[in-house]
Amino acid sequence: METKKELVVPAIENGTVIDHIPTESVYQVIHILGLENYNDEVIIGNHFQSGKLGRKGIIKIKNKHFTKEEVSKVALVAPFVTIITIQDYQVIEKFPTEIPDHIENFVKCANPKCITNAEAVPTKFDVVDKTNLKLRCHYCEKYTTKETIHFNL
Amino acid sequence: MSTLKGRNLISITDFSKEEYIEVLDIAEGFEQNPKQRILSDKVVATLFFEPSTRTRLSFESAANQLGARIIGFSDPGGTSVQKGESLHDTIVMVSSYADLIVMRNPKEGSSRYASEVATVPVINAGDGANQHPTQCMLDLYSIRKTQGTLDNLNIAVVGDLKYGRTVHSLVQAMCNFNATFHLVSPTELKLPSSVKMSIKDAGLKYYQYTDIRSIIPMADIIYMTRVQRERFPDPLEYERVKDSCILSADMLQGCKPNMRVLHPLPRVNEITTDVDKTPYAYYFRQAQNGVYVRQALMSAILGAK
Repeated sequence: METKKELVVPAIENGTVIDHIPTESVYQVIHILGLENYNDEVIIGNHFQSGKLGRKGIIKIKNKHFTKEEVSKVALVAPFVTIITIQDYQVIEKFPTEIPDHIENFVKCANPKCITNAEAVPTKFDVVDKTNLKLRCHYCEKYTTKETIHFNL
Repeated sequence: MSTLKGRNLISITDFSKEEYIEVLDIAEGFEQNPKQRILSDKVVATLFFEPSTRTRLSFESAANQLGARIIGFSDPGGTSVQKGESLHDTIVMVSSYADLIVMRNPKEGSSRYASEVATVPVINAGDGANQHPTQCMLDLYSIRKTQGTLDNLNIAVVGDLKYGRTVHSLVQAMCNFNATFHLVSPTELKLPSSVKMSIKDAGLKYYQYTDIRSIIPMADIIYMTRVQRERFPDPLEYERVKDSCILSADMLQGCKPNMRVLHPLPRVNEITTDVDKTPYAYYFRQAQNGVYVRQALMSAILGAK
């Protein structure tokens, strides 16, 4: 009997596909990219079979392209995600997300006594460990980790 | 003229080993001759957003002996800070009134931020539990003064090694000088792994103990700190360990003749007063050295040395 390969999520003509998202991070990725307020089609799928992850999430965003900087934010919650740029139903570019060496503004310092949590001071961090996600605050010199990370959105 | 002209001092890592040595050398000159009115055309602002006795008085004494004028406050009450003015605005304003800002503020990272906003150099006089680099510089000065060198020493640090910022800075600074570290603390207050990592990264050794008696015969410096009751969730645990980090005169038999006891002060009961009369006590001289080191820093940063 012939096996029929079914496309579980509809294809998009133009836009971005974010693939291989860990299932628990799908809604964080939506939040980080501000997709709650995006006024075009966004297709969200979760818990699909994945050879790489076992189960995965996928997000397709119609008529939207992201800068590498925007996408690097995604890497903080989902480090091994693939970003695929689509034009005329064709894959134009495909690249993995990468955690940057420095992060500004976007992450909150986990230290409640840090000046950045007391005054309108934009945050700055050096990424000291990309594997276990460890950020060192430029101001208070304390560490923010995967367990304590929150975002300025 | 010093390479430190126009620089900020926010964190102990802002200066290189050679620059620490330069400051210590300049400070020696001030110890010989403290009254040099080389900053008589300068204004130093001391902004103390929280109370301090030793640090503020020592900075102000240093500035006075250099002939500088001092403006500032020792408590933010009665200033526009109490009206809700931001640190940003206060620093921008003070930058136009002074040639140098010395600041203590309870918010961690506040001095780094002030240095980015100010148009004049900033010296951090303590930003919460984060950094207090001038304390570290005066500790280095006191160690060199008593031992004749900073190299190859056995440094014992005793007490609250977990939260004590002076200990963290001292250990990091002494990693430049091939020290061997003896770490004495209750189990609950051990040195954080990030600081131990600095020792390992420098290729140096450390040994951990829970009783101060173990380190007396080998130490060149015993750096004491206070163990605070409020650090222990269980008061019984505090009672059990509180005496293990107390130094008394009778315990000093068998110590090296060059050994000196340092303490950032204030002391509570961790050094009994009978130690004060021994030749090993150096903590009051250590506080006095703070004036020479701060004279050296201010004059180097303002280009007068």
